[in-house]
Formats: sequence, C-alpha cells, structure tokens
Amino acid sequence: MKPAPFGYADPRTVEEALDVLSSEGEGAKVLAGGQSLLPLLSMRLAAPTTLVDINRVPGLDAIEAGPDGVRVGALVRHARLLASAEAAAVQPLLGRATANVAHPAIRNRGTTVGSIAHADPSGEMTSVLALTDGSVTVATPSGRETVGWADFFVGPLETSVHGPAVVVDAFFPALPERSGTAFAEIARRKGDYAVCGAGVVVTLDADRRVASATAAYISVGLVPEVLDLTDAVGGRPVDSADWAAAGELARGLVEPDGDLHASADYRRLLVATLTARTLATAAAEAAGRTA
Amino acid sequence: MSIDTDRTISVTVNGVPRDATVPVRLLLSDALRHEFGLTGTHVGCEHGVCGSCTVLVDGQPTRSCLVLAVQVDGHEVTTVEGLSRSDHQGGQVLHPIQEAFRECHALQCGFCTPGFLTTLAAGLDARDPAVEITEEEVDELVGGNLCRCTGYANIKKACRHAAAAMREEATR
Repeated sequence: MKPAPFGYADPRTVEEALDVLSSEGEGAKVLAGGQSLLPLLSMRLAAPTTLVDINRVPGLDAIEAGPDGVRVGALVRHARLLASAEAAAVQPLLGRATANVAHPAIRNRGTTVGSIAHADPSGEMTSVLALTDGSVTVATPSGRETVGWADFFVGPLETSVHGPAVVVDAFFPALPERSGTAFAEIARRKGDYAVCGAGVVVTLDADRRVASATAAYISVGLVPEVLDLTDAVGGRPVDSADWAAAGELARGLVEPDGDLHASADYRRLLVATLTARTLATAAAEAAGRTA
Repeated sequence: MSIDTDRTISVTVNGVPRDATVPVRLLLSDALRHEFGLTGTHVGCEHGVCGSCTVLVDGQPTRSCLVLAVQVDGHEVTTVEGLSRSDHQGGQVLHPIQEAFRECHALQCGFCTPGFLTTLAAGLDARDPAVEITEEEVDELVGGNLCRCTGYANIKKACRHAAAAMREEATR
C-alpha cells in the first residue's frame, strides 16, 4: 500500500499555500497532521495530484485561551491541546474529548483543526465544535471568513468549503458559568474509533435547577448535531433530575446507522446509556461550580 | 513555489546525519528501511493501526507509515536501532525497556516488538521515574500497539519491570 504519485509543495505562508491551491485546482489537498489523510492515500481511497503541506507555515500552532473561548491554530497537535491547562480551564470539553482521540502516537502528530476539516462523523472534535457552538476561520484568496459549525459540516467527510481554502483555526467558546461537561465513549478497544460517544453540557440556574442540558454524539448520524434535552430535565433541582429520562429522550431523537460493529438499535441504546451517565457527571460538576 | 516529485532531504537518524533523494510520496517507514537500511522498523498495516512502525520524531512516538519522508527533512528520527546507549567502554547498553522485554519474555515472533520498544521507551523516559507506575499508565502506554502473539500480559509486565528499574536508578 503506497500512495499514488503526487506533487508536493511546502509553503512558508498561508498566502503561498493558497497560491498553490489556486493554481493546482481541485486535485490539490492540504496536508496538516496527515493521520487521516495518509491512510486514505496509502489505501488509494484518495489520489490528490498535489499535496500542500502546511507544517512549515509559522504562526499556525498557537493555543489562545481567553475569557471568551479557546482559539486553536491549524497546526496544534491533539497532544498539545490535551496537555493545555489554560485551554481546559476555559473549555474543559477540549481536554476531555481529546483524551479519546486515538492513541498517543497519533495524537503527537494529528491536529485538532485537521480532524475538524476532515469532517468525519466518528471524529471527537467535530462534535465538540458543535456542542460548544464553535466556528472555524477559513482563509481563501479573497480573505478570511468565520464559518459557524452548522454551516461548515455538510456530510460525512464533506464541508461547505470549496475551492482554494485553508482552515487556519477553530474557535471553541468558553463554558458558561454554573455549567459542567462530560465526555464518554464506547469503543471495541481503547483508542479505536468509537462505536458511540457522547459529549454533554449541563447549565444550572442560580437556584441549582437545571437550566439547560445539551448533547452531541460521535459515530451517530452523518454530521454533528446538538440535541437539546432540556425538556426532560429542565427546571428540576440538580439533585433530583431524571437523567435516564433525558437519555430516553435522546434515544428517540437520534437516527444512527447500523454497521459491522453495532446495529442501529444498539447505538440508540448506547446513546441512552451514555447520555444518562455523562449528564449526571456534568450536573455534579455544574453543581460544584454553582455557589 | 515549486511543486516537486522528488526531494533531497537531510535527516538525523539515530544521531547520524543522513541525506537522501527520495520520491515525495515515499513514506518515512519505507525510507528508513530502503534508503537507510534500518530494517528494525517493521511495516505491518501501513495505515496507522498496528503501531509496528512507530519511531520517534524529535523524541515523540510517531507512526512512520503516516508521515512522508520529506516531512522529516531537518528533523531527528530515532528507530529501535537507536534506543541503546553507549556504555563509554566501546560497547552498548540496552534501554531498560529492552532489558525488561528480554527478562520478561515479552515477545514471541517479534514482529511488533520494535514499535512497542520505541513507544514504551519514549513513554517511560517522559515520566517522572521516581513515581511508581500505575496500571492505567501501563494500559495507556501499550494501548496503541497490536501484538498477536503474547496476549500483552508479558509486555505489560516488562513495562512495569522497566519502570521499577528506572525508579531504582533514579532514587539510588
């Protein structure tokens, strides 16, 4: 298994990268961490005519954690985001989800933004971008544009970005106050693609009642989607909310496909179980952050 | 901006500067074996799943089948051949994890072993040796590599063994 022949360019600026992408047309593909792209090349499921390797572009490897959220540059490796205490303090879902991304050797090389741009519905960070109501910055020859997650993901491995473009960063808004998060996956082996995964955010009001409960799933559905489960638990005191009911609500809302690893029904069952479990954990954390 | 199909690269492999002119589509795993003659790096699945081809790029465990050779131009690569250290008397001493693999019978056919050794050596070197290793740490360290012979029990045992040896060394 060897990649089909291609041309290779390693530009030193985003503008140079866009120049190559423009001149090479549709056959050109951006290479960042390559942990999803290179297997596709080796298996010849993809055969780009040109690879535009952005790894030598300076300035794309910053993690900027501020009061509004965390901006993650296109060359930030999963391992660095996982280790960033500053990022975790602003948006704890980042570290919690990243810990589930493959294995350490893959996390050392693969990038968070690359996995979002790859738009694989079994990728953790696509759902985290959705759950946090995040966005990406897309650089094109005509300038930079912010694209919200709902407009970005179009289908499995498909985004709304066409033509010459580089996703230069992703922005994950900060966790609101009186909120908690949790993330969990079921995989056949640790580090494998999840059979099903769930990330949740629970926000309480000042009286420690559930103000909102939202969830997003991994390997369920074709594009990331955020489910509002507040109807099942909203207004209830945090200690007596029926998280299993929220799980059942989610089970009825999702439309997973079955495959070799799990039937659609089994995935729905996992959605119910993981939802109840993660909501309880997130609620306990939210309660701890509510004076 | 030039678009190339061949590139001349300079890589420090196991401490030795090496140059090679390679097709840009050549994987690092194949460059190590065919350009540099370092056949200790084993090629298993060739799509990042098995971990056999793991090497260290700038000290970090990396799947060499998921990196192009041109991408390590100017970087340092350590393969299983580079894990041992000089004993300053003209010989070599094995890394503690290599010693532990031998002692604990942590391999049978040996195909996956180079990937385990590079991954575990880097993982053990990166942790505070004075702290006793936990089962969770061991699971996390071995979790990215497949072995079809051993059932992992002796590999995990070797990992604990090496950590204990490094702890003894550090606290002596």
